[in-house]
Amino acid sequence: MGKSTETPRDLFPGALEMMILESLRRQPAHGYALVQHIQQRSKNLLQVEEGSLYPALQRLLKSKLVKAEWAVSPSTNRRVRTYEITKAGLHHLEREISSFDRMLEGIQMVLGPARRTANS
Amino acid sequence: MSWLERIFRRRSLYDELDEEVREHIEEKTEQLMRLENLSRVEARHAAVRAFGNPTLVQTRSREVWQWPKLESFVADLRLALRRLRKSPGFGITVLLTLAIGIGANTAVFTVVDSILLKPLPYPQPEQLVAVWLHAPGAAGLTNFAEGLRLSPSMYLTFAEHNRTFKSIGVWISGTANVTGIAKPEEVKATYISDGVLQAFDVPPAAGRWILTADQVPHTHEVAMLSYGYWQRRFGGDASVIGRSIQVDSHTREIIGVMPRGFEVMNQDFDVLIPFAFDPRHQILAGFGYNGIGRMKPGVTVGEADADIARMLNIWMDSWSNEDSGGGGHFYETWKISGAIRPMKQEVIGNIGSVLWVVMGTIGVVMLIACTNVANLLLVRAEGRQQELAIRTALGAGRTRIAREVLTECVLLALIGGVAGIGIAMAGLRLLAAIGPAKLPRVHEISFDARSIAFTLGLSLFSALLFGTIAAMKSMRPNTSLAHASAGRTASVSRDRQRGRNVLVIAQVAMAMVLLISAVLMIRTLAALRDVDPGFADANHVQTLRIAIPQQLIPDAQMTLRLENSIADKLAAIPGVDSAGLVRDVPMDEIDPAWNNIFIEGKDDRAGSAPMRLFNYVSPGYFHTQGTRLVAGRDYAWDDIYGLRSVGIVSENLARESWGSAQAAIGKRFRIMPTQAWIEVVGVAQDVHQNGVDEESPATVYWPVMVKVPWANNAIDTQRFVTFVLHSDRAGTDSLRGEIQQAVWQVNGNLPVASMQTQGDLYSRSMARTSFTLVMLAIAGAMALALSLIGIYGVISYAVSQRTREIGIRMALGARKSELRWMFVRSALALTGIGVVIGLGAAAGVARMLKALLFGVSPLDPISFAAVPFLLAAASALASFVPASRVASVNPVDALKDE
Repeated sequence: MGKSTETPRDLFPGALEMMILESLRRQPAHGYALVQHIQQRSKNLLQVEEGSLYPALQRLLKSKLVKAEWAVSPSTNRRVRTYEITKAGLHHLEREISSFDRMLEGIQMVLGPARRTANS
Repeated sequence: MSWLERIFRRRSLYDELDEEVREHIEEKTEQLMRLENLSRVEARHAAVRAFGNPTLVQTRSREVWQWPKLESFVADLRLALRRLRKSPGFGITVLLTLAIGIGANTAVFTVVDSILLKPLPYPQPEQLVAVWLHAPGAAGLTNFAEGLRLSPSMYLTFAEHNRTFKSIGVWISGTANVTGIAKPEEVKATYISDGVLQAFDVPPAAGRWILTADQVPHTHEVAMLSYGYWQRRFGGDASVIGRSIQVDSHTREIIGVMPRGFEVMNQDFDVLIPFAFDPRHQILAGFGYNGIGRMKPGVTVGEADADIARMLNIWMDSWSNEDSGGGGHFYETWKISGAIRPMKQEVIGNIGSVLWVVMGTIGVVMLIACTNVANLLLVRAEGRQQELAIRTALGAGRTRIAREVLTECVLLALIGGVAGIGIAMAGLRLLAAIGPAKLPRVHEISFDARSIAFTLGLSLFSALLFGTIAAMKSMRPNTSLAHASAGRTASVSRDRQRGRNVLVIAQVAMAMVLLISAVLMIRTLAALRDVDPGFADANHVQTLRIAIPQQLIPDAQMTLRLENSIADKLAAIPGVDSAGLVRDVPMDEIDPAWNNIFIEGKDDRAGSAPMRLFNYVSPGYFHTQGTRLVAGRDYAWDDIYGLRSVGIVSENLARESWGSAQAAIGKRFRIMPTQAWIEVVGVAQDVHQNGVDEESPATVYWPVMVKVPWANNAIDTQRFVTFVLHSDRAGTDSLRGEIQQAVWQVNGNLPVASMQTQGDLYSRSMARTSFTLVMLAIAGAMALALSLIGIYGVISYAVSQRTREIGIRMALGARKSELRWMFVRSALALTGIGVVIGLGAAAGVARMLKALLFGVSPLDPISFAAVPFLLAAASALASFVPASRVASVNPVDALKDE
């Protein structure tokens, strides 16, 4: 087997799902639009491998955190599957963001003094 | 989406995913064309590069909706089915082997489970016991092996004084004449005391139980019917309760019907009749009654035995024996004690050991079948070396391959199990047909959920057994592709052949065990056949039973004259050489009569003499039965009607009492000090009354009519007799019809029962041995066949694998006979190792068979020598056939191929 396709993309497990949910909270979108959105918002700091989006979307669908329906995209006039966040998805996202914030705060608290000492 | 939706919407889910991925790549392509001015081909390549492997993405996306383990199992299953379809010969061989093995095991398990494992169909069966007594001091007791039964006085004492039983009763089985419904009919009657039905605690299907009030002598008489008789004779009519039937010329009111399948301790019956014991007329003796009890909750068998021991003293103090001339304490010499047996043990009897032997035997056949299947799978694994090597090289994990092999094995075993169920059902019919005549709980044998669970368990177990061997082999393929590609022509290495050789050795060893067991049983049957049973030409001796109730003909002399007339009529039937009558023909399993006798000139204190079997015969009986008179003469009708004090004894009794048969003639004996001496006028050869595997009991043959010394010398005759007649037509329907007519010409109210030949009785007495023999022989034959197939397969494969080597040897001048011998020798070597291992195992198993053997040592040298020779010869033959194929190898072609 080759190397895992997920390693360069995710900073930690679940990050991609969090970003998809956050993007969908703003507005429903189809797969390609989601990739575009995440890359633009991250100013290309996060390189999302396009293919890894779909397994993540299927996981969210299966957990009923998003729902999907086929529609014609007004911009491209193509038939696309548009994803929309559900209520359960919103709750889940809130929990994940809060948990992520706590983790970030903790990391900063640990790294903060060391960086201060190193800088002084 | 529910799991059910996920199953049914799977296809559309995947289609949507595919479309979505396609659209994604298309959108990206168009964007690249638009923004970066690329051609469509260039743009598409770039889009795919950015996306990654679309197939892999689709697969990973699909996996979200799947149960990976289950789906991989289903895929393996499909693969296994495809492989089976591709090699039908292999599939059929394996499935047939498994179906027979699993089917035979399931059939035997069903029998073992129904008879030995399931609890008896009574409430709280663990409280039910058979009440027997142990009497080591009563030497010569004919039914000593089983124990001493109860007398009515014992029952009355135990019922009144016991502290450990909820209820206790006695019963005997016999027959009764039912008249007035249709033609006279002898039915199976079970006579019971109060307490028997209460002990079983099974409510009647209709009406009520027999109660204490029903056994008061000379009152309103009652009877109960079995469910079968109620259906057969009365069509299940509910209004039968309250109606009357004539049983042995007594009018009895039908008070109830017992439910379907109810038996009194494994005894089938048509009518239940209450005893009417009058306590005023009971004596100590009369030990012919089967005891049954239900112990109080929490009471152990030991406590109940102790209770019996306490009550035996009360019994001896409470009753007397008119004929012994003394109190009950002379029975102290008998050293009587309680010997209570759990009801299940009583019902199962000695069939348990036979069934376990059969189960073990069939289990071994299953093991052999599994090793054979494993062998076949190994052959196939050898053939798949190249494929497995390529798959391993491409990254297939060992566990993945092993799982695939195991799945195939499970599939084979499950299909084999399903086919085995059909074979088991047929096997159950066969078992019922060839099983011992009195197989206990036979009507409870049924193929049920437990049998199916056993089949499933056995299928999975066997799959695991042969699957593990095959999986281990498949997990170690030759990963060198070069070697694998050369595999077809390369000489087979010793290592690759070793696994298969070990399996063949195991098969031979197991076949040895079964064949030696089968030969031991054949020798047992032969030894039994060699025993002179004490009668001759049994297949030409027709027997029939007639009972003449006192109510029909009260007078003893008249009864005997009637019996004499019947004997004359029977003797006059065309083709009948002679006829006679007797109380008990040999091996009829009727409870015997016995008592002690006193020899003139010897100690004649009560209880000092050993017990003797009593039988009652008419003139001509010995001649008809083919029992030789070794000294003296037969009875004459004048002796009998004249009530002369003459007697005939068996040869062993004569030898024991007077030294020899000749010396016995003219000597005298009696059964009571007050009785006139009886002069011995004849000595008959010893008769194996209870079967040839049991010793001939010392027997006194009384005339069919005698004076009863304890009843003021009143005359007594046998009212329940068996007629015997010698004819070449014995056993034919025409003779049976003529017998019926002959009896009815004498008296139209007499039913004729139990028409069978002495040969039938003789065969039935050996049913247990024959059954074990047949089962072991079937198992042995299967084991032999499977082992030979195994040897054939190994040699055949070895020949095919060593074509090149054979070619080289032939090119170098080796003769075909030498090469052939090389392969036969290797088969004989495998057989030899198997034989040595098998001899050791067989010695252990034969010791377990000891109880079933007769006249043969468990380590019988003939059996232990003959079977290895048989196996060696068979394996030489099995290997010779494929070894002969070396003759067809053309050395030039063999080397050219290389």
